Amino acid sequence: MNTQASHASHGQLVKPTRSNTVFLVLFALGLVAPFAVYPTFLMKALCFGLFASAFNLLLGYVGLLSFGHAAFLGVAGYVCGMMVRDAGVTPELGIVAGTAAAASLGWVFGKLAIRRTGIYFAMITLALAQMVFFLALQMKATGGEDGFQGVPRGHLFGLIDMNNNIAMYYLVFAVFCIGFFVIHRTIHSPFGQILKAIRENEPRAISLGYDVDKFKLIAFVISAALAGMAGATKTLVFQLASLTDVHWHTSGEVVLMTLLGGLATVFGPLAGATVIVTLQNELADKVGSWVTVIMGVIFVLCVLMFRRGIVGELQALVKR
Amino acid sequence: MEVFGIPTALLGSQLLIGLINGSFYAILSLGLAIIFGLLNIINFAHGAQYMMGAFVAWIALTKFGVDYWMALVISPILTGAFGIVLERTMLRKLYKLDHLYGLLLTFGLALIIEGIFRDQYGISGQTYEVPEALSGGVNLGFMFLPIYRGWVVVAALAVCFFTWYMIERTKLGAYLRAGTENSQIVQALGVNVPLLITFTYGYGVALAAFAGVLAAPIFQVSPVMGSNLIIVVFAVVVIGGMGSILGSIVTGLGLGLIEGLTKVIYPEASAVVVFVIMVIVLLVRPAGLFGKS
Repeated sequence: MNTQASHASHGQLVKPTRSNTVFLVLFALGLVAPFAVYPTFLMKALCFGLFASAFNLLLGYVGLLSFGHAAFLGVAGYVCGMMVRDAGVTPELGIVAGTAAAASLGWVFGKLAIRRTGIYFAMITLALAQMVFFLALQMKATGGEDGFQGVPRGHLFGLIDMNNNIAMYYLVFAVFCIGFFVIHRTIHSPFGQILKAIRENEPRAISLGYDVDKFKLIAFVISAALAGMAGATKTLVFQLASLTDVHWHTSGEVVLMTLLGGLATVFGPLAGATVIVTLQNELADKVGSWVTVIMGVIFVLCVLMFRRGIVGELQALVKR
Repeated sequence: MEVFGIPTALLGSQLLIGLINGSFYAILSLGLAIIFGLLNIINFAHGAQYMMGAFVAWIALTKFGVDYWMALVISPILTGAFGIVLERTMLRKLYKLDHLYGLLLTFGLALIIEGIFRDQYGISGQTYEVPEALSGGVNLGFMFLPIYRGWVVVAALAVCFFTWYMIERTKLGAYLRAGTENSQIVQALGVNVPLLITFTYGYGVALAAFAGVLAAPIFQVSPVMGSNLIIVVFAVVVIGGMGSILGSIVTGLGLGLIEGLTKVIYPEASAVVVFVIMVIVLLVRPAGLFGKS
């Protein structure tokens, strides 16, 4: 993944001002969007956009392919659901609790998975996530196959009624912006530079005296926490946490979103998530199980001839 | 009769199921290891190809009246040929890139294959009758042994042994091992490495299909039969490491037995016991039991 990833991030470093303009335009669009587009769709796209951005932090900037990110999305969803429905806390605390749970789980996964690299790393994360799936299936607390239902949206800070879709949208938008800012700051910090150094040449980073495992672990925990933040928020939006969220299909989907949007690009994961969520919404009732086939075809096309993704290709066009 | 308060009939039958699952783990992880050795690709489509093997046998029986014994030959050949087409048209383009792209491509292929079969045959399983010659069972005194189940273990072990023999004791296998070490030098010495790679992938896929035909009369033939199995096989591969052929076989069988034993002692944990062992192995011996670090 190295060559084209370095191209992409190069674009960021050369022209920071253009990136800022895009930021502002997108931010403005995000503020007015719920008045033009169905808010529930927007909320879903933003949740998955944050999920994919968190995943991209790991694959795009550290070069670690996690095939188990659904576990963080799902577990945070369950924890947030339990806190809000059963413990009766306010929604923002539910999100915090879900994020914390995902971060802790991320620490455990990370500790185990970074003992191996490359292909093994992907297989270990996948197997650990499958273990979480089986636990979620068997435990009574998660509602098993029925899912964890009837999560109230509640009142934000105990004041604002979140059953209003527009209010809920702005909460999701705020969560997305916070997550996005954290990722942006992480990438453009000295810490982020070291992550990129590890991606480009791990032995060299080690020989320069960096404790590579520690950096990988911190990046993994940040990525897991933000994926959890997305999952907790998603649970509030749909008032449901289900087995789908912890299934390996979801782990594959987030890989696809990131790949399609553009690996190691700032806006790529959001673009990829929007496209995939749109496709799922449009196709689900029309083609039935062909959705899986279409996802597979997009996967194959992306890998074979479209490795820079949507945003990566656009950046290449602009640079020319 | 009882052992530690567990009826031997129960213990025996669960251990047999464990041994059968272990045989499937062994064949599948063996196929993954061979493919990985030469292509440096983790074949995520392995589970889908195992499912295809079972379906080809089922379709051959119901549509064309082809019996089990013929299917045992035809299905791996057809599925292996399908694998060869995939290798020639797609996988080939990725060898110069990061290994992770191979994993992603085969993941996409797995989604496509599984989706098509799900559209055609739905999610519920089809039954495949046990062939007449292998139906019935033997009473061993302490337990009842269905003949077909015994046959699966024997056939799986025979195929594993055949593969081991081919790789470790024949000239073709020597080329393969040399190619795994350094394919450029082997090519410089005049071996047609691209062809070797193609057939290696085809053979790996054929192994998966063979396991699929063996599985057809035991499990239901369903489009999702491969995807859950393959994740467990990945854990098996992490536990054993992909460095050694015999290691894959031993690890696969051993984990199957442990899983069967767990079903007797603490059934709730049987779905996750392989993953728990993976965690322990990662903590104690990160390179895997037979890995070369």
